[in-house]
Amino acid sequence: MLKVKDLKVNYGGIEAVKGISFEVPEKSIVTLIGANGAGKSTTLRSIVSLVKPASGTIEFMGENITGKDTNEIVAKGITLVPEGRKIFPDLTVLENLKIGAYMRKDNLTDDLNWVYDLFPRLKERHWQPGGTLSGGEQQMLAVARALMSRPKLIMMDEPSLGLAPLIVKGIFDIIKEINKQGVTILLIEQNANMALRTADIGYVMETGSITMSGSGAELLVNEQVRAAYLGK
Amino acid sequence: MKKRNVIICALLYLAAILAIVVLERILPPTHIALAVLKKGCIYSLVAVSMNLLNGFTGLFSLGQAGFMLIGAYTYAVLTIPVEARDSVYMYFDGGIIQFSVPVFVGLLAAGLLAAVLAWLIGLPVLRLKSDYLAIATLGFAEIIRAFFQWDKLGVLTNGSNMLRKYPTFTTTLFPFLVCSACIAVIVLLIHSSYGRAFRAIRDDEIAAEAMGINLAKHKRLSFCISSFFAGVGGGLLAMYQTSIQAMTFKSAMTYEILLIVVIGGLGSVTGSCIASFLFIASSEWWLRFLDTEMTIGSFKVPFLRAGFRKVVFSIIIMVIVLFARKGIMGDHEFSIDGICRFFRNLGKKKEVKS
Repeated sequence: MLKVKDLKVNYGGIEAVKGISFEVPEKSIVTLIGANGAGKSTTLRSIVSLVKPASGTIEFMGENITGKDTNEIVAKGITLVPEGRKIFPDLTVLENLKIGAYMRKDNLTDDLNWVYDLFPRLKERHWQPGGTLSGGEQQMLAVARALMSRPKLIMMDEPSLGLAPLIVKGIFDIIKEINKQGVTILLIEQNANMALRTADIGYVMETGSITMSGSGAELLVNEQVRAAYLGK
Repeated sequence: MKKRNVIICALLYLAAILAIVVLERILPPTHIALAVLKKGCIYSLVAVSMNLLNGFTGLFSLGQAGFMLIGAYTYAVLTIPVEARDSVYMYFDGGIIQFSVPVFVGLLAAGLLAAVLAWLIGLPVLRLKSDYLAIATLGFAEIIRAFFQWDKLGVLTNGSNMLRKYPTFTTTLFPFLVCSACIAVIVLLIHSSYGRAFRAIRDDEIAAEAMGINLAKHKRLSFCISSFFAGVGGGLLAMYQTSIQAMTFKSAMTYEILLIVVIGGLGSVTGSCIASFLFIASSEWWLRFLDTEMTIGSFKVPFLRAGFRKVVFSIIIMVIVLFARKGIMGDHEFSIDGICRFFRNLGKKKEVKS
């Protein structure tokens, strides 16, 4: 579904991504794991054109989308859940969700019901400003907001960041649930254990390059991965 | 619930119109209260338009006086009656424009020209952020002011001479109706999906972009709409003053409006309106006594002399900025539900006490 070839991105004067290639098959969960500064977030940001790639191609459903405007890419069905949630603090939960569907002009009732079913907590709090939600609820809102655009591919940048273990588990359950309903997922995580358990395919990124790849289960038992990312 | 609110709002609006009609009947036409009402309406519109940009879209622009000047001049130049042009443009052989348009066409043209110029300036300037945008727009307003006073343009703008003899209004109802209609349009815009996108940009640009909102397009839209209404406000101000000169549209005027917006609360339309009337009333009326010397018996009250009003005014503003940073309304709106809740809570507190 998504094919990235030889992607190079310069970010703030340094080469943050040094020519990586990977694929995201349809209806799968793919994860990129790696330490801080490995270039994971930059990769996602360049896929939706928030940063312009220096070279390489990004193909989505057979179409070259490299360097197109972000709003065009979102309209084609890729949505990014940004790192650190980035909900709109002064907008109500409902308004946040409506902004998520900004590219669509049709009726939102079904989609609102859909995300409210996934996150009943958001329904209870639909009138509250986003900034007054707890961290876990804000993450739910960020995911729900992204779902409102009816994406084919949803990319999540560290959804577990700064959340309690129990809530992290809840978030990953939701990710699996969304995937079951037919949405392809590209996930970036530092919580390698959780990510690899959830993912069909995993890639390991180190200082701008992909050093290892394999199915989630394979990587989970790989000696090097265990030593570097799983602390065993 | 909602229907009830609409009815109450309509009733309040009618009551306001009625109050203005009654006031005009009982007060002499030169009474200061009527002047305050007229100017307050116009400043409300300009403040709300500035709030749309600064408070709702998060673009810190200081070009308001420039766009008002464009509006005021467009209105005046287009509506001076043909027979009066010779005496107005006495140094420029009656000017080059030899037609005049009706009042409403003039006001519309005032807004449109301001919006077109905003679009052009927005192309380079809106790439800037926060303080840099403020500096660039402030510079633009100053350039516009100098430009309109340029002698070579005299056939159009009358150079540094006054423009006058264009149609004005005598009744307070006119600015009230025009301004309230414009503010209603802005409120509708804020509550539309565009308004939501503006507020999303204010809250978090990157997230807004990731949601597919075209930042450049929406910023430009907000800038143009804000300038449109500043232009209309400028046209109305020209009508209120009965004569205009580019000299008077100084950056101090922008600061006045910025103060109103901040005092009223960034992101609150009703706050801007309330603050406009308070600001105009105190600067033109309630603090006037500070400018006149006063002697009680043989005791001459110290400090009271021409100009002291401005000192007191500045102190009041400093106090507001230091102790009430969110302004009168914060980013809330003055609403009927809010008042109901306020009184209900008052009742509850009393019950607790007793």
